[in-house]
Amino acid sequence: MTDRAQLLPGTLDLLILKAVSLGPLHGYGVLLRIGQISAQALLVEQGALYPALFRLVRQGLLKASWGTSENNRRAKFYELTPAGRKRLREEADGWNRLVTAVASALAARPEEV
Amino acid sequence: MSVTAYIRILARKIFRRDRMADEVQAELCSHIALRADDLERSGLSRADAERRARVEFGAREKYKEECHEALGGNPVGTFMQDVRFSVRVLRKSPGFTIAAVLTLALAIGANAVVFAVLNGIILRPLNVPHADTLYGLEHSDDHMGQESYPNYLDLRDRSRGFESLVAWNMSQAGIDTGGNPSRAWIATASGNYFDALGIQPFIGRTFHAGDEHGLNSAPYIVIGYAYWHSHFQDDRSVLGRVIQINKHPFTVIGVAPPGFRGTLLFFNPDFYVPIVNQPQINSEFDLNTRGLNWIFETMGHLKPGVTPGQATADLNSVASYLDKTYPVDDGGMKFILARPSLYGDYMGKPMLGFLTALMTLSGLILLAACSNLGSLFAARAADRSRELALRVALGSSRHRILRQLLTEATLISLAGGAVGLSGSVAILRRLSVWQPFPQFPVQVPVNPDAKVYLVALALALVSGLLFGIVPVRQVLNTNPYEIVKVGSAGVRGRRVTLRDILLVLQISICAVLITSSIVAVRGLARSMHSNFGFEPQNAMIADTGLGMAGYSGDRESAMQRRMIDAMKTIPGVQSAASINWAPLSGGANSWNVFTDEAKSLKPSSAAAGPYWYNISPDYFQAAGTTLLAGRTFTWQDDKNAPLVAVVNCEFARKLFGSDKDAVGKHFQVALGADIKRIEVVGLVVDGKYQNLTEEQAPAVFVPLLQEPMSQTYLVVRSNGDPQQLAAAMRGRLHDLDEALPVNIQTWTQLMTAILFPARISTVALGILGMMGAMLSITGIFGMAAYSVSRRIKELGIRMALGAQRKEVLQAALGRPLKLLAFGSIAGLVLGILATKILANIVYQATPRDPLVLAGVVLAMALVGLVATWVPAQRAISVDPLILLREE
Repeated sequence: MTDRAQLLPGTLDLLILKAVSLGPLHGYGVLLRIGQISAQALLVEQGALYPALFRLVRQGLLKASWGTSENNRRAKFYELTPAGRKRLREEADGWNRLVTAVASALAARPEEV
Repeated sequence: MSVTAYIRILARKIFRRDRMADEVQAELCSHIALRADDLERSGLSRADAERRARVEFGAREKYKEECHEALGGNPVGTFMQDVRFSVRVLRKSPGFTIAAVLTLALAIGANAVVFAVLNGIILRPLNVPHADTLYGLEHSDDHMGQESYPNYLDLRDRSRGFESLVAWNMSQAGIDTGGNPSRAWIATASGNYFDALGIQPFIGRTFHAGDEHGLNSAPYIVIGYAYWHSHFQDDRSVLGRVIQINKHPFTVIGVAPPGFRGTLLFFNPDFYVPIVNQPQINSEFDLNTRGLNWIFETMGHLKPGVTPGQATADLNSVASYLDKTYPVDDGGMKFILARPSLYGDYMGKPMLGFLTALMTLSGLILLAACSNLGSLFAARAADRSRELALRVALGSSRHRILRQLLTEATLISLAGGAVGLSGSVAILRRLSVWQPFPQFPVQVPVNPDAKVYLVALALALVSGLLFGIVPVRQVLNTNPYEIVKVGSAGVRGRRVTLRDILLVLQISICAVLITSSIVAVRGLARSMHSNFGFEPQNAMIADTGLGMAGYSGDRESAMQRRMIDAMKTIPGVQSAASINWAPLSGGANSWNVFTDEAKSLKPSSAAAGPYWYNISPDYFQAAGTTLLAGRTFTWQDDKNAPLVAVVNCEFARKLFGSDKDAVGKHFQVALGADIKRIEVVGLVVDGKYQNLTEEQAPAVFVPLLQEPMSQTYLVVRSNGDPQQLAAAMRGRLHDLDEALPVNIQTWTQLMTAILFPARISTVALGILGMMGAMLSITGIFGMAAYSVSRRIKELGIRMALGAQRKEVLQAALGRPLKLLAFGSIAGLVLGILATKILANIVYQATPRDPLVLAGVVLAMALVGLVATWVPAQRAISVDPLILLREE
């Protein structure tokens, strides 16, 4: 567990949107997908996922429908709405800018100052 | 989102809450099942996999809750959940709940009653259309509205600020509808009265300005709705019927509408009659004398766009015209405007003052109740700290716990408000139909309206919030781990806690109330036994107006003499006499008098404006008034004899500088048009004339033969049984003239109206004081009981170590008693400062009275004793063995 990074506040929504953008998923699937695409580096608390999902549905960024999972269990599947897709783009851009900025700040050496 | 869409969604949320909850539940279950599938594949047994999946998932209830919130929450649903939970919690401690609800019910009920009275008397305008522009005229010096008829006509015709000025007066008259002669209260009103006020008749017609064609030209009656209902049984055929008023025929032309009860808030006339017929109603009032101010009130609607200031300025220009033209009658006249419903500022100001004081006091009661409940709530929260800590530990947010505690407080306050309001509605219904004085048609409509209900609701909610937030900090600081570990003993608080401050505050409020009620009771007791200048005990009064039976002029005094002689024939009667208005009966005449040397008889140069009484020879003997010098009257002091008067000491001081040698001196008076020079032949003691709180007033007594009056109060002094005496008097008077309507009562009963303000304020303060005492008792009791129960272990150990009872008691109750002493002293000081307000209403209300101080101290000590008795018993009876074994 210790080698897993803690999620920054606010990044959970972004990760969910990204995970779902790769194809419709049920809640547990989202969890697995985030683990998979982050090479198991990011930990999402299982229960905490659901309030976030419901929030995104309410904001109109995701839509949900009941279906059947690969192992024949009833599950609710989420997919991205056009608004969700737009939001994902914006947030990803914002995140990248932030990361670049922080990275360049951290890379600064005394002689550059 | 449109409003309707929002409501639709909200409604869906409320009604499909269960479905939503099911869906969330299903989804979480599906997650756990999927996870368990994965775990099972990794080699766990199904049961182990499921258990592990559940554990990994974490606090499912908490997340479910968060899901609901993420879905936009469900304020109504959560609220209903809070309500259901609160009801369950409250049900579990019925003692606490009932005590809290009753405390609040009393406090809110008291506030609702006082506010409804304030609302009915001060805030509610007269029930006439456009009451906001209706103003009454009053004289700026004495705040009275009285006017003479010629002056009224000038004001009506010369002023430009009013649409149409109306004038009205009230009189009592004898009426005869063709059977039993009785008395009725009649409003004589100018012809434009109904039209200017915008009052349409219920049936028939009202009278108009066009009906007036000079003296006694409009013998018409408009019946008040209530009187029509009670005396004519809603009979519509009453229109056109002839009714005798004071033996003069009047024709019924209409019935006033149900909502209209005259233009003085609490005075409900039985009949309305055109003012040009006033001399038939009361022969003393004539329409031509400019100096005779008998019209009760003049009022009117301001013209659109005219401000009260402009109208006042305009009226005063008319007044200065009158001052120049009629200096003797109208000198120095000046007007201001006031709301007419309470006879302007004359009654409005003291009434407002009294009701404001009462409102403040009952507000204090509510505050005391809130601080009481606040500390109870805080104590409960402390006792429940373990429960609250567990809830926090199980994932409940502090926010949610606070909301639930507030819901509990609100529920209690709403229940208290509902109980209090229903009680006060019952009281108000009774008050509204209550007629405090049998001889006056006085009734105060204080029925609660929407405003009262709203205020009660607001008070309930605010007080719920007030005491509900007391334990907030306690909850916010809850540290679940500490409390679950240590137990409920908790951390020692600071030296002075919020609860202490609340209790001191509450006790001082209660001490204020107790101080003021004791001051009021003492004041009333004194005023009952003060020196009136006459002896109301053993005196029976029969009052009548001879004009009601058609007497006038010299026939009046002849009849009065016959009546007095008839009274003297009743066995046991020591003396009998008559006076035109008995002192302290609620009515009196007064005239301006001038020194013998005065050249100009303008009102501004008057030496005094004494009360003016017409009496029969034996009046002072019958009334028990002491004659200090000179002589009283005889039947020889008649129209042919020189004009004489008996005066009181104050009159002598005002007119002659001292009450020595007043006898034999002269003074002048302008009685209407004619100026008279009167010799003082006797001096009597000072007394009370109009009310008990008045400054010492001058008074003049003149022989009734020299100035005949229709209004007659027979004073009959006898040691016999009052009821037998009254029956005998009634019989004798009936024999003399059966058409004469008479009221018979003792002088003390007659004074009820005068003592009414003092009495009602004493009762009101007494009730508030009792409530205050009760609240202090429950407050101190709560605190003491709580402190004993929290420290019971410590007390047990102390006792085991050999502490004496006294020391134990000191440890257990020292603090509450110290707070009690603190609060009482603060309250006593405040109460003494506050009683200055009381002095306006209650005669001789002074807090600088050893009995008051002793009374307050005793009352507070008693409060303390009662409140700490049970906790003290409990502290003493601690058995250390049992206690130590228990833990």
